[in-house]
Amino acid sequence: MSVATAAPPTAPPVRSAPAKLRWSERISAGVSSAGLNVAVVALTLAWIVPTLGLLINSFRQGGAFNTSGWWTALAPPFSFTLDSYRAVLGASDLAPSFFNSFMITIPATLIPTAIAAFAAYAFAWMKFWGRNWIFLALVGLLAVPLQLTFIPLLTLAVKLGLNSGNTLPGGLNAGFLAVWIAHTGYGLPFAIYLLANFFRVLPTDLFESAEIDGAGPVTVFFRLVLPLSVPALASLVIFQFLWVWNDLLVALIYVGGTPEVAPLTVTLTNLVGSLGQHREYLTAAAFVSMIVPLIVFFTLQRYFVRGILAGSVKG
Amino acid sequence: MDGSLGLIARLPALEVDWGTLVSVNLPTLLFVVVGVPLALVGYIVGADVLVRRLPKRSQPSVRPWVWVGPAILFVGLILVYPMVGTIVRSFFDRHGDKFIGLDNFRRVLTDGGVLIALRNNVYWLVFYTGLVLIFGLLLAVLADRVRFEKTVKTLIFMPMAISFVAMSIIWQFVYYYRPPDVPQTGTLNAILVNIFHGQPLTWIQDPRFNNFALIFIGVWGATGFAMVILSAALKGIPAELLEAARVDGANEMTIFRRVILPLMMPTIVVVGTTMVIFALKAFDVVYVMTAGNYNTDILARRMYSELYSAGNYANASALAVVLLLAVVPVLIFNLRQFRAVEERR
Repeated sequence: MSVATAAPPTAPPVRSAPAKLRWSERISAGVSSAGLNVAVVALTLAWIVPTLGLLINSFRQGGAFNTSGWWTALAPPFSFTLDSYRAVLGASDLAPSFFNSFMITIPATLIPTAIAAFAAYAFAWMKFWGRNWIFLALVGLLAVPLQLTFIPLLTLAVKLGLNSGNTLPGGLNAGFLAVWIAHTGYGLPFAIYLLANFFRVLPTDLFESAEIDGAGPVTVFFRLVLPLSVPALASLVIFQFLWVWNDLLVALIYVGGTPEVAPLTVTLTNLVGSLGQHREYLTAAAFVSMIVPLIVFFTLQRYFVRGILAGSVKG
Repeated sequence: MDGSLGLIARLPALEVDWGTLVSVNLPTLLFVVVGVPLALVGYIVGADVLVRRLPKRSQPSVRPWVWVGPAILFVGLILVYPMVGTIVRSFFDRHGDKFIGLDNFRRVLTDGGVLIALRNNVYWLVFYTGLVLIFGLLLAVLADRVRFEKTVKTLIFMPMAISFVAMSIIWQFVYYYRPPDVPQTGTLNAILVNIFHGQPLTWIQDPRFNNFALIFIGVWGATGFAMVILSAALKGIPAELLEAARVDGANEMTIFRRVILPLMMPTIVVVGTTMVIFALKAFDVVYVMTAGNYNTDILARRMYSELYSAGNYANASALAVVLLLAVVPVLIFNLRQFRAVEERR
């Protein structure tokens, strides 16, 4: 995400109830509101039809959708089946990559969030040389294309033995470490930007009284700043989680085709290539890859929206 | 193709053996669940203990660097160092040992494939950004006036949560083509044939419109993002202002053009610049859908293939720098906006 104009969101003012209308106005308002409702419903339907089509196809009998469209399955006689899901979960590389996606996403969310929180705390509450310039540079880095970093980083990763074939002492596949480090670097500018803007508007007197009570910065950070910033932290975590989980490019670059480390997006892309004849498994595979982000999205949507707004709407 | 054969052969397997999966990957799991959190908390607590041992006077000047240090280290290592490295590299030959000035750029920018990619990036820039803004604004304004606003927004916003890879698979079934003599299974061609009695089109292969078919996948994914931000800005417009305009006899269209639009302009600009950056960095959709074939290539994907298929680091670096140069105006614009907002604080 590279949204770069600052300011915390403000609560939208409550709309006043519309003034009383004459009956003629009420009728014309009624007609136009019916038209409006139809337009909105039509647009929304158009928006979900592609997903719906795939969802229905994923529950159809093996070859059915090679010969007829997904909409024909909506007319009786119904014959839905879980075969495609059984097939992809049982037989392909999908189950290990499901696991890999978690192993990549959890640290690649945790590390940048924590490091960004440390840095944002310093940017918001400590004085040091070059503070404003460093922060400005971070904002600028929000727009830099990741492609620019690949060649030197790949060379470096190979030099340090961080290519995905290697196993590090302790049994960790080096590919995981490389992807964690890469995602941390790529995610930090936005993360610091979001958190610093939030930390900055926390009440000053709270910190002062805590310091008078003899609390050190670590105590203040863990006991005051973090608990008070749960909304911002939550939105950042969701953002980073979705971004890493859905990422294809960074995974392709640093993990490549190594199946022991490949996340869902990479395996799925390979399936697109190799399963041209068996698209039914592709439908189920796509939904398997969507389950986790959709759960995160629907349960935590409120925080997610708040995070986007904190990053972009001017107050 | 052997991937699919293997799949059929192993079809009877129904259950995933999660037990084996976890035990084989136990070291990784331990690293993730215990090691990483411990290292993060351990760092900051440990570093602070060390800072406290310093003389009282020097503590305030050392402490901030303990807190920003890891961030600066990571950003320096992952973003700044390689960025400089790539820029330098783009002036050297394939093997990276001979300075050749602008030769890489000269070669890359006269390559037919790169020129098509550049043209397509311009298409993405204009149509992706434009359509996302138009749909986002339209949906924000319309949804604001219906009672089921929340549901509408959730459904439109949903593609935001899924990967471009999954999006591409979803849209393969929309754009799917079959010859005119058999029933169409792709949604779009079915509508075209059954409702409008037209001929089915090869949406992905036909160079007349395949770029727009791909761009629309991106638009479909990003509109929800634009809508949510624009909708918040819309709700921030004081109701009295709109009421006053209505009392003065302005119709809804005039109110939209003369009151709502100007007031939302700053937000539209922010969303627009974000979309411009997305458009320039676009990669996944093209990579998955066409792999750059049928005249649909874009810079980021082209750079990837120079890097991996061709192994040509000189060309790849030059393309990355071209991408950076395209982003620089947006970057400068963003920094100006940022400073303007800072000064208003």
